[in-house]
Amino acid sequence: MAENIQVKPTANTTNRLKRTRTNGFKAFYFKREREILGGGAIFLFFVVWEILGASGIFNPMFISSPSRVWAAGVAYVESGLIWNDLRISGIEFFSGYLLALIVGVPIGLLMGWYWRVRAILDPFVSFFYSTPRIAFLPVLIIWLGIGMGSKIAIIFMMSVIPFVVNTMTGVRTIDQNLVKVARAFNASDLQIFRTIILPGAIPSIISGLRLGIGLGLIGIVVGEMYAANAGIGYRLMEAGTMFRTDLLFVCVLIIAGIGIAASELLVRVERIFDKWRPDRS
Amino acid sequence: MAQNSLASAVTTERRLDAAKNKLIANRVQIEYFVKRTGEYHLAVEDITLTIAENEFVCIVGPSGCGKSTFLSAVAGLLKHSGGNLSLDGKPITGPCKDLSVVFQSAALLPWRTIIRNVTYGIELWGVPKKEALERAKKMISLVGLSGYEQRYPHELSGGMQQRVNLARALVADPQLLLLDEPFAALDAQTREMMQHELLRIWQENKKTALFITHQINEAIYLADRVVVLSKGPGRIKEIIPIDFPRPRDETIKRDPKFLEYEDRIWALIKEESNE
Repeated sequence: MAENIQVKPTANTTNRLKRTRTNGFKAFYFKREREILGGGAIFLFFVVWEILGASGIFNPMFISSPSRVWAAGVAYVESGLIWNDLRISGIEFFSGYLLALIVGVPIGLLMGWYWRVRAILDPFVSFFYSTPRIAFLPVLIIWLGIGMGSKIAIIFMMSVIPFVVNTMTGVRTIDQNLVKVARAFNASDLQIFRTIILPGAIPSIISGLRLGIGLGLIGIVVGEMYAANAGIGYRLMEAGTMFRTDLLFVCVLIIAGIGIAASELLVRVERIFDKWRPDRS
Repeated sequence: MAQNSLASAVTTERRLDAAKNKLIANRVQIEYFVKRTGEYHLAVEDITLTIAENEFVCIVGPSGCGKSTFLSAVAGLLKHSGGNLSLDGKPITGPCKDLSVVFQSAALLPWRTIIRNVTYGIELWGVPKKEALERAKKMISLVGLSGYEQRYPHELSGGMQQRVNLARALVADPQLLLLDEPFAALDAQTREMMQHELLRIWQENKKTALFITHQINEAIYLADRVVVLSKGPGRIKEIIPIDFPRPRDETIKRDPKFLEYEDRIWALIKEESNE
């Protein structure tokens, strides 16, 4: 009996293996088509860029080339400047972003739940929502100087608005029938908040957090470009004024990498909630 | 001391008196403030109704007659502005543990599994998790959803979701079950099946039930008595006892007597909409 049971799956597996082996490449390609197409496009882009940089059609001082960017990147790492720049920009970004989180989400929850709070704060939120908040940079520098303070403040201002708005929308779009059920079970406001409002608003809060990353990165780059003495944005500006397009692209790539990594992290967090969402997975 | 015992004697007597009558509504009037118009709206003018223990009462009426509003007041979700409402002799002042509500929308928490949805209400009351889960399991099997405990609401059909909704209300072991058009959003077939299921479940744990609907045959099929409301503001137009033995099944829907009831109630409602 036991042998019988063992034999069956083995036969099955060899069959399947055979099928994969006969058209191994095709199977591999179709399984990873997305990655192969995307990766291939990037590779092609770099090849064309390198050829154009070496061909003499364009001045390499303007367009640089992958090999030059690579060399500049290695030099940047070896000089040790990169670590200080990353540290400064990192501290600025996380302080500003965290502060925005601590302030923005509770305000959003209150605005979503209590219409009076919403009525009071709405003019301010609307104002900051529709203004390019980066315009406040000069005044922040007047108040806080060119050090980290003004950068933290601009990152805070950039990312706090999507936190507030998304959290508020999340709370407001919660199915009121759920609240009615909780009330019928005599739930306290705190219980309603803990069991319905917070879990119900979380998907919307997370998409706010993702928006905040992009906006926070704009804040940090523009802030450091405008007035600073260290940081990735500062290095970017410096490279630009010295016509160092290679170093400039290195900085752009670092910022892009951080942005992609941070959003990817939040996508992972978001997936935790996927199993109960009908529209995903 | 003497006064105290006298007082308790009076309350005991009242309790005994009320033992047969679960719900007593005496000249209930409900008015609420409409923010949009800035005026008070009279939804229920005068409802006097007594529901006996283990009785199944259906309320029908034209739309806007205040039947759902009345149910909200019984559930303690809405204050009544006049008259008295009491459950087991105790006045209803707010939501209480002795009654549960099944709303029209299943209103399941999408992030909770089926079993955790069923335990939701009693969890709020502080019933220990282990006990809550055990009770929920029994209820889930009673409503015929065994095996679905760990699923999420979006994986279930509308009818199944409504069963979960019913289980969530029943697991609280209420004295009075309030149902506010619970099958209105279901398709015709599922609806008939659910009516039958509800009767089976009700028969099994003999709850007192107040069921709101706008479908006349649903009311006749389910109820011991059908209360017909006049068009809003709500007043009782007529109370019609339904004389069919229990347990009932779908065949009574083709009984001439059933059709007679249907015609009679339909005529009453038509009168209201013509006025």
